[in-house]
Amino acid sequence: MNSFSYTRAQAVETAAREVSTNHTAKFIAGGTNLLDLMKENVERPTRLVDLTRLPLNQIEDTDKGLRLGALATNANTAYDERVEERYPLLSKAILAGASAQLRNMATDGGNLFQRTRCYYFYDLATPCNKREPGSGCSAITGYNRVCGILGTSESCIATHPSDMCVALAALKATVNVTGATGERTVEFADFHRLPGNEPERDNNLKPDEIVTSIDLPADGERFAKNFTYLKLRDRASYAFALVSVAAALDMDGDTIKEARVALGGVAHKPWRKAEAEDLLKGQAATKVNFERVAASLLEGAKGYGSNTFKIELAKRAIVRALTMAANGQH
Amino acid sequence: MSTKVTQEPVGDVAVALPPLEQITLTINGVTKRLQVAPWTSLLDLLREYLDLTGTKKGCDHGQCGACTVLVDGTRINSCLTLAVMKDGSEITTVEGLSKGDELHPVQEAFIEHDAFQCGYCTPGQICSAVGLINEGKAKTADDIRELMSGNICRCGAYVGIVAAVEEALHKCQPNQ
Repeated sequence: MNSFSYTRAQAVETAAREVSTNHTAKFIAGGTNLLDLMKENVERPTRLVDLTRLPLNQIEDTDKGLRLGALATNANTAYDERVEERYPLLSKAILAGASAQLRNMATDGGNLFQRTRCYYFYDLATPCNKREPGSGCSAITGYNRVCGILGTSESCIATHPSDMCVALAALKATVNVTGATGERTVEFADFHRLPGNEPERDNNLKPDEIVTSIDLPADGERFAKNFTYLKLRDRASYAFALVSVAAALDMDGDTIKEARVALGGVAHKPWRKAEAEDLLKGQAATKVNFERVAASLLEGAKGYGSNTFKIELAKRAIVRALTMAANGQH
Repeated sequence: MSTKVTQEPVGDVAVALPPLEQITLTINGVTKRLQVAPWTSLLDLLREYLDLTGTKKGCDHGQCGACTVLVDGTRINSCLTLAVMKDGSEITTVEGLSKGDELHPVQEAFIEHDAFQCGYCTPGQICSAVGLINEGKAKTADDIRELMSGNICRCGAYVGIVAAVEEALHKCQPNQ
């Protein structure tokens, strides 16, 4: 790891200003991803601004729903009684990720900033447009089992590795951020971005913007009964998703009033498609209907060799997850 | 006591390094004032500067769990933790679990169930199990397997580890 200087942020605004005036400074909170990348020399900040002493670790009710402070840990969030009762999909997704130790360290805000686990992003000996813009993508013609099949570009086929974010996408969370120039709220669908020709940018935030909280909308509580988070991976625990599905249904008897489906492990951001979800509006929970949703969500999917299997895997996972959700199996 | 934790510049390539940070940690009940370089991990601080080598450096990337310690009673990976960020915390390592010659119930259970072979992952397994018991979420052997999945045992002593944690879980009350 390179040497760096350290400062403990006293306020969100001053921390934002510090990073806005120093492009080699970075924020740190849980550090579970950033320190790993610093040891690999993928990230080389010269200064770390420690956010962990800021008063942002509360989980509290607001008139919008439930607000997760950006510094609430993943573990405290997953086991929070209000989250377990009203947003169990989020609890389940968080507990499907990482290990107990990492969930104790990692913060909700930091989870949004996880960088890809593409092997070539970590491997300094190989070209990677995300790590070194313009150097090329080694994954497209390389070993790409963990890479994306949807929304990829000629410069990058990396995926976003988070489980938590897949549930947040399905629940239509919003993210509150503060930067050197003020505050704003970002819809979850607009937080992360597709790689396009700027794969070095994972999200639509400016470098000096700090996530202060995440709002879970009150109407997301409709999905507390018929939901599941299905994660398929190379071992039973403590592995990143090959494909994951957050499925949530608002049911009236056997009829689906509204459906939410978000996919993880397949794209540069949690993958949702409103038209696919709308196919289930007013429909019965049948395999045929779920297969139509799967076909729609995977429309335009492209395999790159060692990840081509994910297209069929994702379709089957969607049908299985929706079936489980309809049956109240979590 | 005050310990200076730094690396001496080597030869004539010395450059001005960022300043050391002064922190206070209570480690296994002993409060220490320390000067640390910002990039010193909690793991390296324990092992290299405080001679607490019970905590092991396995992968150094948060993948194996050998470095697991308790910070304010919560289990974490010390390899992915900057010491400076834990200023003011209470750290418990495997060396701090016993009360004199009286082993912690998790330590006793590991011996009872032969829950190791080479022993390298064991301090992390034991600290992780103590953290798991403090958390109070594991009820069954399957829960233990899932919630201990951040601790890898290359020898494959998992059968004994699960049995040991299960026994200790039933013997311990939270926060013990």
